[in-house]
Amino acid sequence: MSKNDIKVALIGNPNTGKTSLFNQLTGLNQKVGNYPGVTVDKKQGTSKLSATQNAIITDLPGTYSINPTSMDESIVLKTLLKKDIKESPDVILVVADIENLKRNLLLFSQIKDLEIPTVLAINMVDQMHRKGITIDLSLLKKELNTEVVLISARKNEGIEDVKAAIIRCHVAAKASPLCGIDHKIDPDYFAKLKEISPNYSLYELWLMVTQNNYPETVTKEEKEKLLAFKKDVSKLKKYQHKETIYRYQEINKILKKTYIVDKSKATDLRGQLDRIFTHKFFGYFFFTLLLLVIFQSVFDWASVPMDFIDATFAEIADFAKSNLPSGMLTNLLTEGIIPGIGGVIIFIPQIAILFLFIAVLEETGYMSRVVFLMDKIMRRFGMNGKSIIPLISGTACAIPAIMATRTIASWKERLITILVVPFTTCSARLPVYAILISLIIPDKKIFGFLNLQGLVLLSLYALGFATAIIAAYILHKTLKIKSKSFFVVEMPNYKLPSVKNVFFEVVEKTKSFVLEAGKIILALSIILWFLASNGSSSFDNAEKNTVENVANQNLSDQELQQKIASARLENSYIGVLGKTIEPAIRPLGYDWKIGIALITSFAAREVFVGTLATIYSVEADDENTSTIKEKMQSEINPETGKKRFNFPVGMSLMVFYAFAMQCMATLAIVKRETKTWKWPLIQLFGMGLLAYVASFITFQILS
Amino acid sequence: MSTIATLRKGEIGYISEESLDFIPLKLLEMGCLPGAEVQLVQIAPLKDPIYICVNGSHLAIRKETASKIIILKANL
Repeated sequence: MSKNDIKVALIGNPNTGKTSLFNQLTGLNQKVGNYPGVTVDKKQGTSKLSATQNAIITDLPGTYSINPTSMDESIVLKTLLKKDIKESPDVILVVADIENLKRNLLLFSQIKDLEIPTVLAINMVDQMHRKGITIDLSLLKKELNTEVVLISARKNEGIEDVKAAIIRCHVAAKASPLCGIDHKIDPDYFAKLKEISPNYSLYELWLMVTQNNYPETVTKEEKEKLLAFKKDVSKLKKYQHKETIYRYQEINKILKKTYIVDKSKATDLRGQLDRIFTHKFFGYFFFTLLLLVIFQSVFDWASVPMDFIDATFAEIADFAKSNLPSGMLTNLLTEGIIPGIGGVIIFIPQIAILFLFIAVLEETGYMSRVVFLMDKIMRRFGMNGKSIIPLISGTACAIPAIMATRTIASWKERLITILVVPFTTCSARLPVYAILISLIIPDKKIFGFLNLQGLVLLSLYALGFATAIIAAYILHKTLKIKSKSFFVVEMPNYKLPSVKNVFFEVVEKTKSFVLEAGKIILALSIILWFLASNGSSSFDNAEKNTVENVANQNLSDQELQQKIASARLENSYIGVLGKTIEPAIRPLGYDWKIGIALITSFAAREVFVGTLATIYSVEADDENTSTIKEKMQSEINPETGKKRFNFPVGMSLMVFYAFAMQCMATLAIVKRETKTWKWPLIQLFGMGLLAYVASFITFQILS
Repeated sequence: MSTIATLRKGEIGYISEESLDFIPLKLLEMGCLPGAEVQLVQIAPLKDPIYICVNGSHLAIRKETASKIIILKANL
């Protein structure tokens, strides 16, 4: 970033095509990071405005005003109030939708009053004619006293005009307010407020008072004076109401002169589609059908690339093993790092497909209808209609799902949603379920067409969802948090999804998963490898002791090597750890080897399969190239002489994985979103206890 | 007394001045202003929330909020 780059903040109501414009302006030059000190994702991109001028564009969350009610919206206020030269925008680009111009101009009028140079981009003008709208652009520019550009972001029209307007706006002098609130509501009151500081516009001071949000640059003295204005809360509320009405009056005056709608030309596709999608029977029917299609695709389509990735990483590890000089470093690479990376990459297909569906549903406007359909049901369980989106996203990965709760205004409803999301069956549980099901459930058809294994998998998903709902209900009844439940959802017009927007969304979400979860999984694979290949003195002496112990048994060389490997594993750090917890997990049907996998998969569930693969392959001789499934199949329980992974053990393990909070990345995100360790710790111990009790009962009943 | 919650599907009303104190700021900002025309578009299958069109905005709000906003019904 060079000094001459113009800092542009992109602001607008939700559903105005703000993201489309951002994508058009920045293309692939996008970066997702975090706002300093805040936990919300920051989307930034570079745009070439002219041959000599670049802009750094920050995409802010969609908002209807700068009086925030949710966490997403408070970011907008914070960015605009920040009186920090490095962070505060030079130019604000407000995106408005041609059809809802009046409401969009409310936000514009608030921003204009901050006295920052502002460009207004009116989007979706390609539909102007069809909707019977006419605009007097030059008069509108004059009335609003700002740069106004007509664009169609999806059709890539007017983007150059936006760039030119940003440059002109940046060069122009300081902007003036649109609706001076001072002389309209209570002139004396606002005159006193203005006296507090000459460094801020009146509207900035007013926002600090009403929103209780003070930029770092406010002095102690100024803050004390501002706090004095907060005393009369009912007066503040009344003045905010008056302010909003006054703004609308001004906007109406301007639009009357410049904006004409001929309603007779409007079509009513929205009404017809809504009749189907929000129908009391067809609405739910269509939603259920859609969920079935999504899950079917996630498993069916994803299995091909997943198998390919699995095989590729196995080949890479093999190749490295046979071509690199043997030693510690090669072992670390082939047993730790390569399988670790593979364990993350393998989830990309499933996550990408799921987010593809979610992005398309959001883009079309259908998601709002789902929220509308589900609100009453979800409310019974202490959540609200908006919670359905995190719960669906949770089937891919809990991390983005928890981030998606930021639009929920009520803290209690948001917290409950965050706490129960990890119960929904995420894609990390899938490899665990898949291998256990294939071991203990026979591959046969019932009623001639239903696959028994598939049915068991489906019931595990149902179990996860049901538990989430029940847990939410219990939290709803027990949590004593006072939080006003407030629910307003805009029902946007139906649109065809834009390929570009969907593409960027999927790439961004998948990337953030790989980076967030990937770091932890990779680190763990390396630690695990270290703990399994090192140990105290009995580990170092394992070879010698084994040879001495079996000296007169006449074992073949191969059998001897296997005995040595077993002894080494048993005496490695991880083996000792597994042995230590064995008494605690014996009632669940597990031995110390499963115990090791249990411990490591507390960091991330998918590590379970990899751990068992490591354990059994460390034990196995080199010529045996059987798959992990075959290895598990042939593992014998020495006490009974029968298979280790029998029906009761397998079921007990699946129940354990359905309930336990085994994901460090999720815990970290929950900590970040709730700003305390309290909630992630409650999740960890609460879900752990539930998992233990439930798998204990399962094992004892079945065996 | 009529409120938005008592509207039937398709029915139109006008938000009354006296409900100003009860309209949350958020709704005010989204166009639920005194004097504005409000039409009940849809009712969710479980009778709540409701889907209204006010001042050009299509919004879903809960009945609880809707029952606080007093209206004058059209064609009474």
